This record gives sequence, structure tokens and C-alpha cells, in this order.
Amino acid sequence: MGGHLNINHLFFLGHGALWTIGLSMIALVGGGIAGFVIALARISPLKSVRIASGAYVQLIQGTPLLVILFLGYFGLAAIGFSVSPLAAAGASLTLYVAAYLGEIWRGCIESVPKPQWEAAEGLALSRTQRMIKVILPQAVRIATPPTVGFMVQIVKNTSLASVVGFVELMRSGQIVNNSLFEPFMVYAIIAVVYFAMCYPLSLLSQRLERRMGRGRLTLAPA
Amino acid sequence: MGIQLDFPAVLERWPSFLGGAVLTLELALFATVFGALLGTLAAVGRGAHRAVIARACKIYVEAIRNTPLLVQIFLVYFGLASLGLKLSAFTVAVAALTINVGAYTAEIMRAGFEAIPRGQIEAAEGLALSRFQIYWHIILLPAVERVYPALTSQFVLLMLASSVCSQISAEELTAVANYIQSDTYRAFETYIIIAVLYIILSLVMRAGFWGLGLVLFPRRRRLGTPL
Repeated sequence: MGGHLNINHLFFLGHGALWTIGLSMIALVGGGIAGFVIALARISPLKSVRIASGAYVQLIQGTPLLVILFLGYFGLAAIGFSVSPLAAAGASLTLYVAAYLGEIWRGCIESVPKPQWEAAEGLALSRTQRMIKVILPQAVRIATPPTVGFMVQIVKNTSLASVVGFVELMRSGQIVNNSLFEPFMVYAIIAVVYFAMCYPLSLLSQRLERRMGRGRLTLAPA
Repeated sequence: MGIQLDFPAVLERWPSFLGGAVLTLELALFATVFGALLGTLAAVGRGAHRAVIARACKIYVEAIRNTPLLVQIFLVYFGLASLGLKLSAFTVAVAALTINVGAYTAEIMRAGFEAIPRGQIEAAEGLALSRFQIYWHIILLPAVERVYPALTSQFVLLMLASSVCSQISAEELTAVANYIQSDTYRAFETYIIIAVLYIILSLVMRAGFWGLGLVLFPRRRRLGTPL
């Protein structure tokens, strides 16, 4: 019916791939800013702030991203707020990424050795000074490998934006498939493109981790 | 335009929601069991002496971990179909989720294996334990005990990720919600309800794994063994 894969199909897929990268950047920047606030709120001296941010993280981490997306796209439309697929996908991914990055970064901030906190306090630095001058610069170093690793998750999760009709890589693949009726081939191409985007990030994350002399996974149940 | 929420209109469909939640839990359970087996095998395989096996396991793990679940599900769905296998959406969903979570489990298990002190294995060899005994008692069980919290999180994430199976019309919770919202035009209420149900399911799963951990690893309880 649809003929063969031609250069136009590939251009269309390439266009989709660019939007996958664009949506990933939106999610990373938005989620990064919100996640930073979450991370600080999780270790706030105020108990109410700690509880509220903890509840947010639990809520988001207990809900599938797909449901958050549906809620943002169909849910808001049903109660009278019409949102574009891009806005819905960007906002949902931002909320989602913020919860996970917030948790990762909280762990990184807390894993700055205790004497550093005490020494900063001993030097009469204020709480803000201690954070900016002593703790955060060290936390950033610890946080880099897991953050790069999480970027892989972000890129993969943007594929869910396809279900609300946002034309990123996955959706463009579905559209191409609708004209070609060769699902296995088309999705195999899509998989290869995602792999080409994600694998370098995975490798970079592993290399950074090795350079830090830390294990691949921080498993500290006790 | 004022916002009017009508939860009762949606909640009266509770038998459908319940059915969807049960199916989601079943999906997660099957995929957890099969995925744990597959992942352990792949983790053992990565340490194999035969380079071919080790390489194959590495390719499997990296290929799965660097592509989206949604793409994997479609590939399995259409791949099996093009082989002429006509399987139910549920079977395809279990297969795809198993392949997916197997790769993540393999990574976690490998970290567990690497954390076993070399001296323990040498001591077991010195005590003339067989290779199987060493693998089971000295490597596998302590490794699982050590990475148990990470495995728990991974399997809860799997349950949440199973929502993606709605895209191949497996009748799990998200698919049920899609159906109900297109029937009642109450999308917001419907998705809020299943969000709450997912949170409950993830708490149920965490509690289940915690209980299972008490049964599987009584040593920790008895001796308070630091890991």
C-alpha cells in the first residue's frame, strides 16, 4: 500500500528526533530548576517544608508518567483548560523530572561529608553561605554522574509524549508506519535512533562514575 | 467557565477500576518473577568465561537500557505478529515487560555480585564446596540480600511502567481509565482516581516486598547483620 521507505520518511523521522532532543532539553532545564528547589526543600530546617516536598516526591514517584501526561492533556482539557500537546508534555515531564532529580540531588547534598558542614558552621558561615560556598560545589561533583545517567531516562520518557499526539521521534515513527505498514522495520529504526542518543550518555555517566572512584550503583540499605 | 468536578459519576464504575488494578498487579507480578530470573541469568552470563556469552548479555542489557519501553513493546508486539504468533495482548505485555525489567535487574544483580568479597569465595573453595554450592550460598543469596532494596524500587517502577501497555490494548488500569474517560467525558476525575490507585498499588507492592524480605532474609532480623 504505502510503498517503500524513502528519503522523505527519513527526513520526517529526523525532524521527530530533533523534537525528542528539544523536549528532553525542556524537561531537563525545567525539571532541573524545580528539582533543585525540591532538593533544598527536602533538607529545609522547616518541618512543614520538608513534609510538603516529601509528599510531592512520593506522589509523583508513585504515579506513572503516562497518567501524569493524560491528566495534563485530557484532564485539564475536560475541565476547561485547553493545552497544546507540547505544553502538556513539557509540563508533565518537568513535574516528573523534578521529583526524581530532587531526590537524587538531595542524596548528593547529604553525602557531602559531615565534617564539611561542621567546619563551615565553625567558621561562622551563615546557612546560605555554607550552602553556596562549601556544600553545593562539592555536591555538584558528586551529582554529575547520576544526573547524566538520569538524562537517559528523560530522553526515553519523552517517547510517552507521542500518546498525546506530540510529534517527537516515536510519534513520527507511528506516522511513517501508518503510510508504510512495516511496523517492525520502522520501530527497529526508531529503537536504533533512541539508542544512538542514549548510549553516549550512558557511557559518559559510567566514565564519570569511574573517575569519581565510586560504585556504579549506590546501594546502602543499612 | 467554572470548574465542576463530579467524582461520583466516575466512581460508580469502580468494578472496572478494580479489574484494571488487579490486571496491572498481575502484569507486574508475572514480569517481576520472569524478569528476576532473566536478569539473574544475564548477570551470571556477563561474568561467563566464554566471551560470546558475556558479550551477548552485555549487548542485551545495554540495548534495553538505552531504548524506551514504548518502542520495545511495539517491537515485541509486531515482531511476534510478523513471526505468525497470535498472542493475547496480556501475553505480549508480560513478555515485553519481562525483557525490559530483566536488563535492569541484571545491572543491579551484577552490582550485588561485585560486592561479594573475594575472600568469601576463596574460603568456600577451601571448604571444598561445589561450584553450584558456592554460586548459590556464597554469591547469589548474599548478593540478592544486599541489593534487595534496589530490586524493590525497580519492580515498583516496573509496575508503574506497565501503564504503557495500555498502548497495545492490554486491559490494565490505564487502558480502563482511557475507556471510562471516553465514555463519561470526565477525564480529569478519571485520571485523578487512577493516579491514586497507582499510588496505592505501589505502596502495596512495597509492603509486599518488605514482608517477603523478612521471610527471605531472617538472618538480618536475627543478628542485625550489617550489610
